[in-house]
Amino acid sequence: MTLDLLPIGQRARIVAVDWDSLVAEEAQRLQALGIDVGARVAIAHRGIFAGHDPIALMIGRMNVALRRAHARAMTVEPV
Amino acid sequence: MEGRRIAALVGNPNAGKSALFNALTGARQKIANYPGVTVERKAGRLILPSGAPIELTDLPGSYGLAATSPDEEVTRKVILGEFPGEPAPSVLVVVLDASNLEQHLVFAQEVIALGRPAVVALNMVDLAERDGLVISADALQEALGVPVIETVAVRRRGLAELTAAIGEAQERQHGAPHPPVPLVERRVTAHAIAEAAIVSESRRHRLHARLDRLFLHPWLGPLILFALLFVVFQAVFTWATPFADGLEGAIGWLIDLTKAALPESLLRDLLTDGILSGVGSVVVFLPQIVILFFFILAMEASGYMARAAFLMDRLMAGVGLSGRSFIPLLSSFACAIPGIMATRSITDPKDRLTTILIAPLMTCSARLPVYAVIIAAFIPNVAIWGPVGLQGLVLLGLYVFGIIAAMAVALVLRHSVTKGAASGFIMELPKYQMPRLQDLLIGLWQRAWIFLRRAGTIIFMVTVALWLLLNFPRAGEGQSQVDASIAGRIANGLAVVVEPIGFNRDIALSLIPAMAAREVAVSSLATSYAVAETDENAQAQQLGDRLKADWTLPTALAFLAWFVFAPQCMSTIAVTRRETNGWKWPGFMLLYLFALAYIFAGITYWSAVALGL
Repeated sequence: MTLDLLPIGQRARIVAVDWDSLVAEEAQRLQALGIDVGARVAIAHRGIFAGHDPIALMIGRMNVALRRAHARAMTVEPV
Repeated sequence: MEGRRIAALVGNPNAGKSALFNALTGARQKIANYPGVTVERKAGRLILPSGAPIELTDLPGSYGLAATSPDEEVTRKVILGEFPGEPAPSVLVVVLDASNLEQHLVFAQEVIALGRPAVVALNMVDLAERDGLVISADALQEALGVPVIETVAVRRRGLAELTAAIGEAQERQHGAPHPPVPLVERRVTAHAIAEAAIVSESRRHRLHARLDRLFLHPWLGPLILFALLFVVFQAVFTWATPFADGLEGAIGWLIDLTKAALPESLLRDLLTDGILSGVGSVVVFLPQIVILFFFILAMEASGYMARAAFLMDRLMAGVGLSGRSFIPLLSSFACAIPGIMATRSITDPKDRLTTILIAPLMTCSARLPVYAVIIAAFIPNVAIWGPVGLQGLVLLGLYVFGIIAAMAVALVLRHSVTKGAASGFIMELPKYQMPRLQDLLIGLWQRAWIFLRRAGTIIFMVTVALWLLLNFPRAGEGQSQVDASIAGRIANGLAVVVEPIGFNRDIALSLIPAMAAREVAVSSLATSYAVAETDENAQAQQLGDRLKADWTLPTALAFLAWFVFAPQCMSTIAVTRRETNGWKWPGFMLLYLFALAYIFAGITYWSAVALGL
């Protein structure tokens, strides 16, 4: 399952990331925020308009907003 | 000891650096040019326990030394001592958010590994405790190999200890830098260090999660955002009124005083008609600007602004931008200059350029004086519903018009001159925090000072120059002074161009000096009416009453429409040139804004005339 499909509140672990599908700077920024293989995450909120973009991702004690397009590049495994 | 000694605050965004900086330096800080939130170089003096001063700088928040934005580039260069004209910091003060330890330790390791004398400020320990986190500073100190001081910037906790540690650190010699460690490895180490340093952790219901559920709620969230923005704009108009009236009264009193004290002469006219009525007409808007900035600063400091960016991201994505552009654009409501400078945190260059180009369409506070005068004169002050008045509603409408125009322009630009892949949106949502009054006051003082300095310099000079142009050459018998003057003649020429859109010569006259700054339009209208009027009684008449007598409603509406786009602001052009490294984009900006201003003023005028207004 990719991260964008994860139900709200469901805890999951990132098992693979298709970095090549992302812009290099954005990939770097996501990694700097700790969003990488092995990270434990959960979706806290979704956007309000059509497409439910962006996503508020819980990682550790931090919330990070990112787009669904980013989340789609990440494969997660519910834990 | 060589020249200037600097201690630099470094850390992730939202580590509480700015609050710590304010707490350490108090009001003794120097901000180069215009302050963005954490964009500009902020420096202050810190007195060490030895009595020696050291310069403390607040560097832009960064996630690592590998920069992905111009902001982070500055931080990287200063830390490494590569920034031109900036001495390498003698001490690096690494600021960590205690409740986000693991994340912040990733960058901290990178900084400490440089081998420079470093001190860690374990900041916001109170918020961590509120979250049920107890952290051992000793364990952290052991693991990192540098002094760790617990601080709560907002409660001034640990400040003396931190200052002492900075003093001791600057005596230390530079150690040898460690070889760079890859990110993944640093992350593993960060996890291990945090694990060891956290004494106890309870998964308590966190306040900010609950607040997020409210502020990011699918329909309550946007409702709250728009209600908040509505309150802001109503407040700007209603709360400021008594203060503005007071200031206006004081200026009138000064004019009367000057008239009574000096014999009638051209010099007295320069003082009263030129300087006092010109500069005074701008200064009366200080209360409105302070109120607007109060809300923006409070939203920023409380952490709400990032939620607003989250809510707005989808809409911004619709025109090819991201929620990240929302903060610079919202700042532009106060002034486009800090707004344009705040775009440095946007990583995508085309996204950033588009945001810079549309920033002047956000109704800045300099336009407020213009709007306020025209609205007060032409829009009846009637209540629509409870405390909601028609005047406030029209003002809100002008703001909304600016926003819609900005979005439309962004959409067009993203499909033409700034064409490129749609930009992403990655942004940390900081924890909610009660804004501290002292920080708000420091911020407000800085903004108010900038405004007053503008009034005292640019606006003062332009007003005097205009007064001179209006008064020379002197009119002969039976000729009006404005007709005879140099300014009058220039305006006559310009009037031909702006006549089709309903502008009269007075407006043409005010547009010339308003190139320096938009609010000058008001002071120059005030000056030219004061010069034109020889009768003392009529001169005392309020500017608004004069306008009401001389202008038609369509002309007034066209004037308002013009100012939604009006590119007149030399400072904006200058800052755009600096931020885009050339004249190409400021030139483009000037051109497209003038074209739109002309077209929309025209459309407004013609439609109003056709409707028989």
